[in-house]
Amino acid sequence: MLSPLVIDTIGSLVAASSPLVFAGIGEVLTERVGVVNLSLDGSILLAAMAGFAVAFVSGSLLAGVAAAMAVGALVALIVAYGSIALGQNQVAVGFVLTLLCADLSSFLGMSFVRIPGPTVPHWPIPGLVNIPVIGRILFNHNAMVYLSYVAIVAAWWFLAHSRPGLQLRAVGERPEAAYARGIDANRLRYVYTAVGGAFVGLAGAAYSLSVKIGWSHGHTSGMGWIALAIVIFGGWSPLRVALGAYLFGALKSLGSILQPTMPHVPTQVFQAAPFALMIVALVLVSGEATEGAARQRLPALLPVRLLRTITGLLRGTPPAGLGKTLQPD
Amino acid sequence: MKIELRDITKRFGPVVANDGISVTIEGGTIHGLLGENGAGKTTLMKILSGYQSCDAGSIFLDGRAVRLRSPAEAITAGIGMLHQDPLDIPQLSVLDNFMLGREGGWRLRREAARATLRELCARFGFALDPDAIVGALTVGERQQLELVRLLSLGIRAIILDEPTTGISAPQKALLFETLQRLAGEGLTVVFVSHKLDEVGQLCSRATVLRRGRVAGEVRAPFTADELVTLMFDQCLERSPREPACLGAPAVELRDASICTYRIALHDVSISVCAGEVLGLAGLEGSGQSLFLQACAGILPIASGAITVAGREMTRQPYRRYLEAGVAFVPAARLEEGLVSGLTVREHVALLGDGGGPFIRWPHADALAADMIRTYNIVGTPHTAVHELSGGNQQRALLALLPERLNLLLMEHPTRGLDIESADWVWSRLLQRREQGTAIIFTSTDLDELVENSDRIVVFSGGAMSQPVNACDITCEELGHLIGGRRP
Amino acid sequence: MKAHLAGRRALLALVAIALTFVSSTIILLLAGANPLEAFGHLLTGAFESPRKLGDVAVAAVPLLLCSAGMLVTFAAGLWNIGVEGQMVAGAVAATWAALAVPAPAGVMIPLTIVAGLAGGALWGLLAGVLKTYGHVHEIFAGLGLNFVSMALTNYLIFGPWKPPDGATMSGTDPFPEAAWMPVITGTRASAIPLLLAVVAIAAVYVMLRDTRWGLTLKAIGLNGQAARRMGINDRLHVLVAFAVCGGLAGLAGAVQATAVYHRLIPGISGGYGYLSQLVVLLSGLRAAWVPLVVFFFSVVQVGSPRLELRMQVDSSLGGVLQASLVLFFLLVNGLGRRLERRRE
Repeated sequence: MLSPLVIDTIGSLVAASSPLVFAGIGEVLTERVGVVNLSLDGSILLAAMAGFAVAFVSGSLLAGVAAAMAVGALVALIVAYGSIALGQNQVAVGFVLTLLCADLSSFLGMSFVRIPGPTVPHWPIPGLVNIPVIGRILFNHNAMVYLSYVAIVAAWWFLAHSRPGLQLRAVGERPEAAYARGIDANRLRYVYTAVGGAFVGLAGAAYSLSVKIGWSHGHTSGMGWIALAIVIFGGWSPLRVALGAYLFGALKSLGSILQPTMPHVPTQVFQAAPFALMIVALVLVSGEATEGAARQRLPALLPVRLLRTITGLLRGTPPAGLGKTLQPD
Repeated sequence: MKIELRDITKRFGPVVANDGISVTIEGGTIHGLLGENGAGKTTLMKILSGYQSCDAGSIFLDGRAVRLRSPAEAITAGIGMLHQDPLDIPQLSVLDNFMLGREGGWRLRREAARATLRELCARFGFALDPDAIVGALTVGERQQLELVRLLSLGIRAIILDEPTTGISAPQKALLFETLQRLAGEGLTVVFVSHKLDEVGQLCSRATVLRRGRVAGEVRAPFTADELVTLMFDQCLERSPREPACLGAPAVELRDASICTYRIALHDVSISVCAGEVLGLAGLEGSGQSLFLQACAGILPIASGAITVAGREMTRQPYRRYLEAGVAFVPAARLEEGLVSGLTVREHVALLGDGGGPFIRWPHADALAADMIRTYNIVGTPHTAVHELSGGNQQRALLALLPERLNLLLMEHPTRGLDIESADWVWSRLLQRREQGTAIIFTSTDLDELVENSDRIVVFSGGAMSQPVNACDITCEELGHLIGGRRP
Repeated sequence: MKAHLAGRRALLALVAIALTFVSSTIILLLAGANPLEAFGHLLTGAFESPRKLGDVAVAAVPLLLCSAGMLVTFAAGLWNIGVEGQMVAGAVAATWAALAVPAPAGVMIPLTIVAGLAGGALWGLLAGVLKTYGHVHEIFAGLGLNFVSMALTNYLIFGPWKPPDGATMSGTDPFPEAAWMPVITGTRASAIPLLLAVVAIAAVYVMLRDTRWGLTLKAIGLNGQAARRMGINDRLHVLVAFAVCGGLAGLAGAVQATAVYHRLIPGISGGYGYLSQLVVLLSGLRAAWVPLVVFFFSVVQVGSPRLELRMQVDSSLGGVLQASLVLFFLLVNGLGRRLERRRE
């Protein structure tokens, strides 16, 4: 059947993708409530640095993780405040913060570069880890990775089956209707942007304390941008976004694995793939959103069954209220 | 629940939307609220349902004074509003929409809500699938959902804003049956509409608003005529004018059909001559705008044909219409006609002559100053158009039109203007008429229609009547035609 | 009234500058460095020698070109985040011209310039087409294409264009001498790119203020529907705007390849595309302010390496200073507007 090497490789892929899972889940929450947090790439860097630094200095992993989450939440709140209260463009504020946080992380992190530090300890779950195949893939990791599983399930349940989650979705889709039902749209935007930001901070901590231990300049290498792409490609659904995260984590690693067997396919294809796929997804999704011409044109290019599967997979138009602020009378 | 509105006043800048309105609505009745667009009914209902605050006046529910500062507070007080476009969330399911806004714990108890929903639907004969996505429902079904939701929140009064626009006949019958049942059970119903026959059918009492004030109140049984008299002003005798038709047809439609999501016009055939003024009458949303936009080339003609100044224009792009000498002046002056943020001189420069890639600012400034003087615009070339008053924006729009036009289409040319500006607008329009421009305009002011048109057509529910000569008709008769009475 | 507005704007700008220096001071103290010394290095490092002054010019060129381009797309209400990728595309095109076409310098230089313009314009058009026909928001299209262009560069450097003795991160083989932009003696700066950059920003300034096309773009950006009603073909103009911005960015990329590095390297765009967005934001989208902001940013760029050399402090402080200034500028302006609305 599957050789132990393959199983362990898949297992390490799952572990390596956990930061991306956190970032994707966090951004799903933020965008579902109607806010685009473009600062992801920078805030992950800053959170990763902060998490490692605090853990190193204090000796406590928990303090490090908390610091990272706080950083993520704080940066996200600046985006929210700048756009909701101060009326500035979400994209502008988020973009500036990306660059600022990236540079801040380099600057403040210089004394921590390439220093060995605390790591989240390896903790195979007794019993579960002995399940054939799945056990070694899923349960042979550390607490951070298990937390990422919890995050996926929690986010899914929260959005689909909880009252606050329903309110979140309402605010993101049609804030006026939410207001008519007594929901304070702006307050919820602040809350869930901060929560999403905390998850993004968790992504940073997961990276510098669990996946690629330590800190160095540009440590998390573009993860934030990939997370933004995955949220779109995954149709703003926690389960599909998590799937996307694992897929892209795999793509990156598979690149180096498959390279010898596929010399004609350059590794850069795997580098560019998340973003090319994001654009394709957006074309298909936005094409659906505009009735009429687009829907008529596309079937002419693809066989009907394939089109139906693709649109079914991609069924996720962006939350209708994304990026808009509500000014109550 | 007895609702009493006393001396409600609301201003939006210089416009007084509600001017000391007092209405009493008895509990357990269906009370109609009528008035043309701009009469103030929407504002009044927004105040009653908590969306707007009033500047002065008070609201009493069952004798108790209340302050409604938000829609949620209004619902708690027992008043719910069913909007013309239901304020639901199209991307969520019926069940989720039903549950949103209700009290409850962290967990969504779907099964319980499903049972409640089923029970309420069964009571009224609604057939709603709890798992359907609201965006896929018809307007009638969305209304049913919203109605059921509001009832489940324990409201004792409901306001329905133009509920029968865009629903099918069986849905309408079901809605009326439901409303009568609910009123019988003690629910107070406020029925806002301008469909006179429906108001007559359903309401035991009706209040008519006109220009922000109460024009009058009627009790059942009442006739559409009584309502029309209250809704529309008395108007003056029409001053004699030369009959028109100075030349070849400016625009001609043959069996044209124009369709949009909300409404469709079918089999329209008419010919308008150069120098003729055609008035489009009818209640808002009956198809006049479609007609106008089709003549402008903004909306395509689904079937049939249209010619402008002798040229075949069916399925031609918008810019061909511009080249053929057609101009469209929208009612939404700042949203569709002018570029908010640019100044007067910038508009002049933008629309100006093809004088090469560089703008000659002194030339544009001179033209703008000239325009301001000729058209009596209060402002300077450097005034931004969004800073101009409504009347001055209209003057600017007219001033920016090309010198010679074959066809001028105007949507509500004098809406929101004071009398002096309105008179002035028409004097300019009639000047163009003498140059041979055909003018087609929509209006809800019967006075304006009868006074300025050569012929009038009445739109009602997507059908256009035969043209009537304006000199052969009085305001009252026109009002009846609009109200739906067949001539 | 105008004077009052100008006065208020100046006050807000001063507040933003003050906040920037305060926050940067705090950050420096956190890192255990002397703030005064650090600011001194950042701001005067650029002036210590003619060579350094030349470096300011070198940094200013891509900033001016990209900012000029972005002003065009911003006028039309578009956020062309894809300038970074358009720079790369221009660099790639210029590299192709330099490596594949043997010609004397007199032909080579103009050829690489044209190639840069064309490559960037094409890449910009791609984003434009995705926006107008695919309805993809230009931010995501731009971001996606940025990464695609970088992947493309890496592929070329490690693949078809790799040096004969093996591919490395140093990039392709150096260009033939004919493709090297002539430098001003004693510096690393070239006159031609600087001239082009100055002409570009001046041209954009004039274009936006005095040409019909500039006014048309503004109309489209402010109210697309009204513009369409006036008979303006907004789709076409949007595509042209993307092409123009892309072209200017492509030129910047080509210059980086031919004048600065003399080869194609990974990351040829050097973050200048993103930095120019900060420039444009800080200039309040006004062409008149761009040269001043570019000068300031370039000075900081050139002064930053000194921090590492002399103070063992990471050079990214320069980036922190630049980005915080823009952030505070945005926030303070928003606050100012909010206070004004309260007062009404």
